[in-house]
Amino acid sequence: METRVIVVTSGKGGVGKTTVTANLSARLAMEGFKVVAMDADIGLRNLDVVMGLENRIVYNMVDVIEGTCKLPQALVRDKRVENLFLLPAAQTRTKDAVTSDEMKGLCDSLRGEYDFVLVDSPAGIESGFRNASAGADEALVVATPEVSSVRDADRIIGLLESFGKRSINLIVNRVRPDMVRKGKMLGVSDVREILAVDMIGIIPEDETVVVSTNRGEPLALSNTSPASRAFEKIAGRILGRDIPLQDLDDLEEKGLFANFIKLFGRREGRG
Amino acid sequence: MGFLDRFFRKETPRQSARERLQLVLIHDRADISPDTMERIRKDLIKVINNYMVINEEGIEMDLERDGRSVALVASIPVIEVKRKHPRKRDK
Repeated sequence: METRVIVVTSGKGGVGKTTVTANLSARLAMEGFKVVAMDADIGLRNLDVVMGLENRIVYNMVDVIEGTCKLPQALVRDKRVENLFLLPAAQTRTKDAVTSDEMKGLCDSLRGEYDFVLVDSPAGIESGFRNASAGADEALVVATPEVSSVRDADRIIGLLESFGKRSINLIVNRVRPDMVRKGKMLGVSDVREILAVDMIGIIPEDETVVVSTNRGEPLALSNTSPASRAFEKIAGRILGRDIPLQDLDDLEEKGLFANFIKLFGRREGRG
Repeated sequence: MGFLDRFFRKETPRQSARERLQLVLIHDRADISPDTMERIRKDLIKVINNYMVINEEGIEMDLERDGRSVALVASIPVIEVKRKHPRKRDK
């Protein structure tokens, strides 16, 4: 198949770009595809620790671009799952160490050899984000249901559209259905309606994410927690499988009857 | 949230978030300063005055959102439509 280069981005920091990149990469590799997870956050690298590969890094992306090593030498192979590779960012350099054209060249040199390249973008809308998106055909925008995150996601979507990305899909992360039902928090439907882009997945708030990050074992590799199942579904949708976003209806009450029940104080949730 | 709150509270935090976001995004997306809006208003009056007598005080102009696009919506009260095109009259 033709290589798909997908940038994972958000605008705001701390909403889960790196977790999403690590888990979707692992999940796609488990499906039998050859995957490179690329850390484009030069100077603040983190994908390596989230994936648990920090001890095996020899060379990094900037070494490849500067010709210090060949591309295959910089790729760290994940021993837990076949066909999963990490291309680490440089930690002792800054975002100015690479240009958009160099990043594009790097992504292009992975084409043909791999099925998926997932690029973990740095936060912000400056050069780091622009470089990370430069080589990508598609984008996954991660947002949490908070005003600051949604606002930043909107800005990022506008920029990605202006770069001409052919596919922009939204992932809503850290959803708390209990708070949505009580009217305390934005729901998935609110975020989707406000941002008006295609949605590819919903990830519930799940403490196993913290545990897996602490251990350096992507959730997708081991357990069946709610977040892990969400990653599995998102990977399936990326592969073009028709998996309905049914979680949306489970998460939020809809329609007149539901509102009627809510009005008269029934508080038990459905989920 | 208590039972009575459901009747007497104006708005849930969820609704506040929605409404605040929608407003802030209109301006983020359009990126138009109040100064620019005022200039557009004055230019509009100038153009429309060629054809109609309008109530300049009653003009309402605002940015409204529709999906991912923003529309400039102006409501301009017309007092009288001028009979002839101004350029024709000049000749």
